[in-house]
Amino acid sequence: MTAPLLRIEGLSKRFGGLAVTDAVSLEVRAGEIHALIGPNGAGKTTLINQVSGALAPDAGRILFAGRDITRLSMPRRVRAGLARTFQVTCILPGFSVLENVALAAQARDGSSFRFLRPSAGEDRLNRAALEALAAVGLAHRAAAPAGALAHGEKRQLELAIALATRPRLLLLDEPLAGAGPEETERLIALLGRLRADYGVLLVEHDMRAVFALADRISVLVYGRVIATGAPPEIRANPEVRAAYLGEDEA
Amino acid sequence: MSAELLLVQALNGLQFGVLLFLVAAGLTLVFGVMDFINLAHGVQYMLGAYFGATLAAATGSFWLGLLLALPAALAAGLALELLVFRHLYGRDHLAQVLATFGVILFLNEGVKLAWGAAPLQMPVPPLLEGGVALMPGLQYPVYRLAILAAGLATALLLWVLVDRTRAGMLVRAGATHPDIVAALGVDIRRLFLLVFAFGAMLAGFAGAMAAPVLSVEPGMGDAPLILAFVVIVIGGIGSIRGAFVASLLVGLMDTLGRAALPDLLRLFLAPSPARQAGAAIASMLVYILMAAVLAVRPAGLFPARAG
Amino acid sequence: MRERAVPLLLFAALAAAPFLGFGEGYALTLLARAMILGMAAVGLALLVGGAGLVSLGHAATLGVGAYAVVALDANGIVEGALVLPVAIGAAALFALATGAVSLRTSGVHFIMITLAFGQMAFFTASSLAAYGGDDGYTLYARTELGGTRLLEDRLVFHYACLGLLALVFLFCRAALAARFGRVLRAARENPLRVRAVGFDPYPYRLLACVIAGAIGGLSGVLLANATEFVAPSYLSWQRSGELLFMVILGGLGSLHGAILGALAYVLLEEWLSHLTEHWRMVFGPLLVLSVLFFRGGLAGLLAPRRR
Repeated sequence: MTAPLLRIEGLSKRFGGLAVTDAVSLEVRAGEIHALIGPNGAGKTTLINQVSGALAPDAGRILFAGRDITRLSMPRRVRAGLARTFQVTCILPGFSVLENVALAAQARDGSSFRFLRPSAGEDRLNRAALEALAAVGLAHRAAAPAGALAHGEKRQLELAIALATRPRLLLLDEPLAGAGPEETERLIALLGRLRADYGVLLVEHDMRAVFALADRISVLVYGRVIATGAPPEIRANPEVRAAYLGEDEA
Repeated sequence: MSAELLLVQALNGLQFGVLLFLVAAGLTLVFGVMDFINLAHGVQYMLGAYFGATLAAATGSFWLGLLLALPAALAAGLALELLVFRHLYGRDHLAQVLATFGVILFLNEGVKLAWGAAPLQMPVPPLLEGGVALMPGLQYPVYRLAILAAGLATALLLWVLVDRTRAGMLVRAGATHPDIVAALGVDIRRLFLLVFAFGAMLAGFAGAMAAPVLSVEPGMGDAPLILAFVVIVIGGIGSIRGAFVASLLVGLMDTLGRAALPDLLRLFLAPSPARQAGAAIASMLVYILMAAVLAVRPAGLFPARAG
Repeated sequence: MRERAVPLLLFAALAAAPFLGFGEGYALTLLARAMILGMAAVGLALLVGGAGLVSLGHAATLGVGAYAVVALDANGIVEGALVLPVAIGAAALFALATGAVSLRTSGVHFIMITLAFGQMAFFTASSLAAYGGDDGYTLYARTELGGTRLLEDRLVFHYACLGLLALVFLFCRAALAARFGRVLRAARENPLRVRAVGFDPYPYRLLACVIAGAIGGLSGVLLANATEFVAPSYLSWQRSGELLFMVILGGLGSLHGAILGALAYVLLEEWLSHLTEHWRMVFGPLLVLSVLFFRGGLAGLLAPRRR
């Protein structure tokens, strides 16, 4: 295998006296789904925020495709190929579904300092957007206002937006949160298909999905990674069972 | 410029600074607690001056005028809150800006209608007439020193109120965590009204105190309002301490700049261009200070809301 | 359909106005004033409605443009080929410098800082003794075009204003619909979303400020020509508030709303000031009421219901 796509080294973040990220190191390889699990308040979203550039770490390094991106802004990381979805849906409710995704395609298609041609009529952007929407199964809702989507559809839209930035790595923060049973099935199938083309760092509470999807799992407790390994190893790890799985899986 | 003149200008600057603080204190609390941008806060200052001047003339006593101006300013603040402002709390800042702008137009013109466009005078009380010798041969008006003292005393009182009382604690908490304060079951509306009326009274007090040294005229509240904005931006929204430090800073910088810059520039320029350039740069000074603070600390010197 | 029909009708009406009883000197002056302010309002609407940036210092860009005309006039330069680029460039530069600082903040801070910078420009203009200071400056002649005094003709001036207004309007509308505007509009709705797809909103917003500033500079040149007189009141913060009001009165949803708003404002002001000297006492409450109850603006009245 090649060098890891994402490599986090000794990442630390403190809020006041509390270490929310405590010397975390982990790797995500291309074509791998690496799941990050842990009880509420373990610091999963905080970690994602540091990797995506929403939050600056106090110490440690983040390497993406061999390049140190620790000091890069969020937009630059996205342009380097690192896309994320948000735990709390983050879309443009006043834009159409298509335009939400077309904006992301636009970020990857030359300069946006263009003033005369209507962007809504740019075929190349719309085609790319439709493609991403089709990939998540939302193409039939392209014309709807994004604010009018059902909750599960909004999660799909987030994913389509992330895909349209043409990433190499996806940071997915609880993509299944709030989705109904049917939507969950569809999303799990979708995430499974994504593995072929992207590296994925997946934060998820749905243990069935995690164990169905993940190639490797890291367990985060109080900001520290207490174990990393293949799903069977994690399932068997007594420390993990004590700290975490015990309450959920039983 | 001589050392004596510098001292006089520094005292003028501090006096201007404490007046600014009284205007800015109410404004910053209203911002911090209610997230409400109130352009009409400057007219409270103007109304205070008009009330003070009129009531002093009617009662024949400066002190009675000043004393009665306070409840009058308070009542004006309450009336505005009930009639206009409370309908704007849930709206965006743009709506608040425009509606309070409308209130300014109305009141500036209303004052003209009621009192005429000519400036009013409010006499200095006999007790505070004359000057004191700061140094041999250097007289400074007692009244201006009294403004400085009264302003500092009010600042101290405000600090005790905000820092040491339950209401003050709620106001501080409201500025940093409004949702939590609401969740505690505090009647936010009443807290708003209280803060609002109190801020209006402080601004009115500043106006009434300043009336004898300024000309009381329509629109006199506009300039202090905008400087109070500068103060708040420099000090950090919602921070009383920030407002205090920034007020003195702005007051000193503005006054000293106007006094000293033309002289300073004469070292490099001919007298006439030095005077012109000095005046132009002096009028930009506080805004340059604001830009410099923002460049280093976008949230101001003492941001009340962390993060 | 109506999205195109309303602006088309509006421009047709303005073009026909000189032949429909508005051909007299005074009526034409009034219309020119409305079109010039409408132009500035369109630029401001690009900022407020498009980018969500509420500037309360927009009049300063008009003032910079107008004072550029003055500065050139004082040096005997009245050729439009020189005056226009210098004035527009100066205003754009002013917008660039103040925008670069103001955009480090957002929301209420942005409002206050733009207001403060506007005030800075106002005081600077007041201190320019060479250009009349507070009293203002009377131009020797209108700007020349290729050495001819074409703009002295009222009708020519009317159509010059109309043509430039149409140009500005069409450019801003295209820019908002184009890629540039899409980023702006998206950043207004949700800046985090925009950052998370790979755009830093800052340069887009800054350029929007510069475009609006350049348009403000152009309207400043025209305004100076319309009145042949320039005074610091061009830059007053009340003027900024009025421009903002025009944008809101017309409706934030569309750029032609800003022109409608400017027309309505100028005519309303004219009508009210004929009724009473204290017209602002009527105007202020009208503003408050329109903010509280008239949310869609004039363009909203004319727009199809479904939107």
